[in-house]
Amino acid sequence: MRKQTLINICIGILLVFGVGYAYTTRNSSETTGESITAVGSTALQPLVEAASEEYIASHPGMFINVQGGGSGTGLSQIESGAVQMGNSDLFAEEKSGINSQKLVDHRVAVVGVAPIVNKDTGVRSLTTNQLIKVFTGKITNWQQLGGKNIPVTLINRSQGSGTRVTFEEYGLKGKESAVAQEQDSSGTVRQIVSTTPGAISYVAFGYLNKSVASVKLNGVAPTAANVKNNRWKIWSYEHIYTNGQPKGLTKSFLSFLNSRHIQKELFQKLGYISVNDMQYQRSWDGNISKEVGE
Amino acid sequence: MENKKLASQLLKKSKTARYERFGRLISLAALLLIMLVVVSIIVFVASKGISTFTNDHISLKDFFLGTIWNPGTNTPSGHPAVGALPMIIGSFLVTLLAALVATPFAIGTAVYMTEISPKRGAKFLQPVIELLVGIPSVVYGFIGLSVVVPFVRNVFGGSGFGILSGTFVLFVMILPTIVSMTVDALKSVPNYYRQASLALGATTWQTIWKVVLRSATPGILTAIVFGMARAFGEALAVQMVIGNAALMPHSLVSPASTLTSVLTSGMGNTVMGSLQNDALWSLALVLLFMSLFFNLLVHFIGRKGAFKK
Repeated sequence: MRKQTLINICIGILLVFGVGYAYTTRNSSETTGESITAVGSTALQPLVEAASEEYIASHPGMFINVQGGGSGTGLSQIESGAVQMGNSDLFAEEKSGINSQKLVDHRVAVVGVAPIVNKDTGVRSLTTNQLIKVFTGKITNWQQLGGKNIPVTLINRSQGSGTRVTFEEYGLKGKESAVAQEQDSSGTVRQIVSTTPGAISYVAFGYLNKSVASVKLNGVAPTAANVKNNRWKIWSYEHIYTNGQPKGLTKSFLSFLNSRHIQKELFQKLGYISVNDMQYQRSWDGNISKEVGE
Repeated sequence: MENKKLASQLLKKSKTARYERFGRLISLAALLLIMLVVVSIIVFVASKGISTFTNDHISLKDFFLGTIWNPGTNTPSGHPAVGALPMIIGSFLVTLLAALVATPFAIGTAVYMTEISPKRGAKFLQPVIELLVGIPSVVYGFIGLSVVVPFVRNVFGGSGFGILSGTFVLFVMILPTIVSMTVDALKSVPNYYRQASLALGATTWQTIWKVVLRSATPGILTAIVFGMARAFGEALAVQMVIGNAALMPHSLVSPASTLTSVLTSGMGNTVMGSLQNDALWSLALVLLFMSLFFNLLVHFIGRKGAFKK
């Protein structure tokens, strides 16, 4: 009996101290530290993650929570004010159901999208017309394009995916792809294209590697240099949206993303193109103008 | 004095009684919390799922019988393209086929484990079956993508993505569920049934076939339904091998889609409150109803079994 009460008292004291400790630390982290959340585009996620790690390392007490979820999630979360940064592959104006009035657009990067094919198709170069015919189901065998006698297997990204919207808008000239297989991540798409004979799909430049073959369009190769001078047309901005003008940690993190170090080294490593290197600008309705980046 | 003290001590609640009351309170709180969670999930999914029909004015017929799924656009006939029939059929086909393939294997394994070689079954097969449960579904999906899909492509033709690949992957995934529940059902058959049957001169096989399996039928059916419920709700692994094309499946090796695969791949790309998003919630509502249906089925089978005894 005695022993029991002693133990109870000990537990009670521990609890009180534990809660007290938690409370004080909570307080101190609130006064000296700050935490923000970024949600959205999986295409932008690796960049924001890598950058946030570097940022946190040099700014103790700060915390940046980076999550994926897709461009739609990013835009709707930032619109409702649930997070501090909403990542999107698309302009907010392009996404139906989003009221873009209060949102402030920060274009942090440019991503090129390239068609990829299985290595055995025997086709490495297409014209835009041929590409449209392949994706709308008019061409069903690679033989029709001078390749091997293998049926075409279309692989799409999920409906509403930023990469798919970019590809259909600028690669297929606004034509909608035929109903076909859909996969919801670029990694899976690449894996499937590399192992399925006759497969064709599209991924962001960062996902290009030796397991698949990229396709030249109208004789232009999908390279960063060709995106910068807009000879390669299939590209989109990676946006970070804020609800109103950014403040505090959000503001300083966004300017950190724009810093020379990040835009040169990290972008190169992860396959993004710096907005500052672009010789052309594009507005949300697709108008291209020749001017040097911000 | 002595008596008064004693009386007060006797009238006071004992320590164990207090503990008991405390324990009961905790259990009750846990129960209430879980009920609250379940009810709020149902209310949430229902309110979201119904808004496709109430807010966006899509008729039930268009939703359940339409065959074109591309929310946000219109079908050639001018209705919004939110036909969920391809996904509903895909889900049912892949579930039924998986259960159909898995059941004989599961019953065979369970019979071996309980009737033919209980010792070796417990020593060797039990851990293997339990291991199968512990493998995350993304691993099944990846194995499906890199092994099953090429296999199906080479043997059955097509691109390899489709209901057949989904069936194979789900077969492995629901096998442990059905096996372990069938084992329980077989074990719960009283031993004197077997003894009586053997005493009458029946062989082991006759006993298994005519006595043990017959009397365990409700339990085995429950096991199959549970397996089907698991197959119906499985998202990730199926999504990786079925192709996710919202097309009416016209063969087992043509790309198809299930309710779950469309849901998981579509959710992140839609905006809350838009028609695209509401349509996905309606699919979720269909899934919820199906799992309720499976639960009711299990109850129903269980009651049937109780009547027999």
